[in-house]
Amino acid sequence: MAKHKTPLLDQLESGPWPSFVSDIKDEAETRHKNPNGVDYQIPVDVCDDLLGILELSYVEGETHWKHGGIVGVFGYGGGVIGRYCDQPQAFPGVAHFHTVRVNQPSGMYYTSDYLRSIMDVWDRRGSGLTNMHGSTGDLVLLGTQTAQLEEIFFELTHNLNTDLGGSGGNLRTPSCCLGESRCEFACYDTQEMCHTLTNDYQDELHRPAFPYKFKFKFDGCPNGCVAAIARSDFSVIGTWRDKIRVDQKAVAAYVGGELAPNAGAYAGRDWGKFDIVAEIVNRCPSGCFQFEGGKVVINDKECVRCMHCINVMPRALRIGNDRGASILLGAKAPILDGPQMSSLLVPFISAEAPYDEVKEVIENIWDWWMEEGKNRERVGETMKRMGFQKLLEVTKRKPDPRNVWEPRHNPYIFWKEEDVTGGWTRDIDAYRKKHQR
Amino acid sequence: MAFVSSGYNPAKPMENRITDIGPRYYGDFMPPVIVKNKGKWMWHEILEPGVLMHKAESGDEVYTVRCGAARLMSVTHIREICAIADKFCGGHLRFTTRNNVEFMVTTKADALALKKYLNDQKFAGGSYKFPVGGTGAGVTNIVHTQGWVHCHTPATDASGTVKATMDVVFEEFVNMRLPAPVRISMACCLNMCGAVHCSDIAILGIHRKPPIIDHEVLDSMCEVPLAVAACPTGAVRPTKIEYKGKTVNTVAIKNERCMFCGNCYTMCPSLPLSDKEGDGIALLVGGKLSNRMTKPKFSKVVVAFIPNEPPRWPSMTKVVKKILDTYAADARKYERLGDWAARIGWERFFEKTGLEFTEHLIDDFRDPAYYTWRQTTQFKF
Repeated sequence: MAKHKTPLLDQLESGPWPSFVSDIKDEAETRHKNPNGVDYQIPVDVCDDLLGILELSYVEGETHWKHGGIVGVFGYGGGVIGRYCDQPQAFPGVAHFHTVRVNQPSGMYYTSDYLRSIMDVWDRRGSGLTNMHGSTGDLVLLGTQTAQLEEIFFELTHNLNTDLGGSGGNLRTPSCCLGESRCEFACYDTQEMCHTLTNDYQDELHRPAFPYKFKFKFDGCPNGCVAAIARSDFSVIGTWRDKIRVDQKAVAAYVGGELAPNAGAYAGRDWGKFDIVAEIVNRCPSGCFQFEGGKVVINDKECVRCMHCINVMPRALRIGNDRGASILLGAKAPILDGPQMSSLLVPFISAEAPYDEVKEVIENIWDWWMEEGKNRERVGETMKRMGFQKLLEVTKRKPDPRNVWEPRHNPYIFWKEEDVTGGWTRDIDAYRKKHQR
Repeated sequence: MAFVSSGYNPAKPMENRITDIGPRYYGDFMPPVIVKNKGKWMWHEILEPGVLMHKAESGDEVYTVRCGAARLMSVTHIREICAIADKFCGGHLRFTTRNNVEFMVTTKADALALKKYLNDQKFAGGSYKFPVGGTGAGVTNIVHTQGWVHCHTPATDASGTVKATMDVVFEEFVNMRLPAPVRISMACCLNMCGAVHCSDIAILGIHRKPPIIDHEVLDSMCEVPLAVAACPTGAVRPTKIEYKGKTVNTVAIKNERCMFCGNCYTMCPSLPLSDKEGDGIALLVGGKLSNRMTKPKFSKVVVAFIPNEPPRWPSMTKVVKKILDTYAADARKYERLGDWAARIGWERFFEKTGLEFTEHLIDDFRDPAYYTWRQTTQFKF
């Protein structure tokens, strides 16, 4: 028997898409029956009360979670989000409902044993509800009480050999696409770079010292499956600078219809026979792809590596061999100054361990941003406020036409005194000798 | 409910403390076929919706079965996922960036058996537990935020709007018949912890009433200068007023300057915004972040406000469906939603979708606004 009536939420149990309401209801019931004899450390009816308070929000159209709350584990300034409900008398099970962010393994592969061991901790010490995964990438444990935080942290670090993720003004939990582990388009080992930098920057991740949040994301190729260019302050996107590898026999098989184009990704509709000219030659953004005499001819020097031709004919075309990554900086959601995507800072950089070149770029940016960034100013906003030139200066990079779409539209150049012959100090009397008032 | 100690000693928090060890090494969790062939994959193929095959230089094949999931899931549900991984996949599994679950096997027969098994599992309420799909030119799972389940600033719910939307577009999750992939994202307020600003279709919670000022406690709960500095339009200023017989330090708000971003509330809990009539949803479309053919694009606001209609948000899902159907019928192969709208022109987008173009859709926020106005005589009648 459900503790609270939830007629609105109940309507979300039907329909084909997996119902979170059904899942929470099942969990509420499981906690009451307790078939595994779990010694629950927070109220047994936490799931009931979550449904109850959510139903109240569905009726009233307003949230019932209070603002913030400073809780955490000793010595860390992130990884736990404090949360309290504003109706604790009616819903005591969720009076405290803190979130714990657990740093996910790169590429989000798990063994069932490891995942179950986290679930055992969470069953006993939390709500039994999770997010798989949070927007930034963490495995999110959703809802526990203050007294459990140190206990959970102790068990995570001592028994499960893992750690918390980031929150607040610090390095947020880095994340990556699955990269070379299962993708032929990956231009570098995204998992290894993500894992290495996450470990190298543990202090920045756990102890907030930044003006605001700072996110790393690692995409293996310009297809961008982990959304680095839109969702990370520091976006590393795989690329290559030599030739696309072409297998002309496989090209012929695509053209002849023996191989399905797009790896079958468009197979649900009859788009007609594959037409290499209409579908690739005419769609190539730099016009570098030609089909002549039954063969593909690519002017690789003009290629902008958009991935389209490779996506369409993955068995005939493969990424080049001289691989590395581009670094772009400054993406953020609209708060406050409007949305930003990352802007190209480093066109090509080695993406091989131990990543010293990449780390030098990161640390130069951090040194500058920690000095100049205002409270709650993302690095993308600092860039806008202080100019791209400043970014080049602090990262010790030469200006490159690849940094911009096009040169500036106005002539209001902030010349420096040392740029100008003779400097800026002039004598008005000497001037007036030549020019009467 | 006796307290069970983990071994942590509150009297000596530093005793045996382990910190800064980072996440577990990813290599310990990958299936053997992945470990063996990492970096040596040659090509892939989507055999049918939700089933991928990757071929390695060694000749090895890995078959991946992808299924949708609610991002909010219970330990019992996760244990069920683990049991499936044990039964079919040697105890390995992974999650995708867009909240799907992937199971990997090494033969096609196993993959198809697994697909059937997954599609057979249902919740008591009737919904699929593990619907297989989310590949290729279709709609995959929605990335989203917390909403009324766990957040203090939302203007709508996240899990509910996602469930309602995915139910309506479900056929596109299990098919690959759209002109290109369509990425739907959901963020429940303008903070956008879900960063939906580059999505084909973005569902965004918005507020429309300025903050209520809790004068009685504001000065003790907030740093007034921080609340003032938080406002991007300078609408918040410090002031002293007589309140319930006492002189209190507080803030005043120029309502006509408020853009309802909620940043002041983030800095000051005494300035809540949420309101049943004020809050609702804006829809943005035409963003992308892939570099394929065209540059990454921001999403554009095409519906300024739709009221919250829990539990199923029918007005919102109807518009999403209408946009998706119009795009599906009209776009050329490979055209993302934003590429299609750019080619036909946004005047045609509104004509074809039947959406009303209102003054709210013309940008008036700072410099970027100018670059969205039309500086040409090229337009369509």
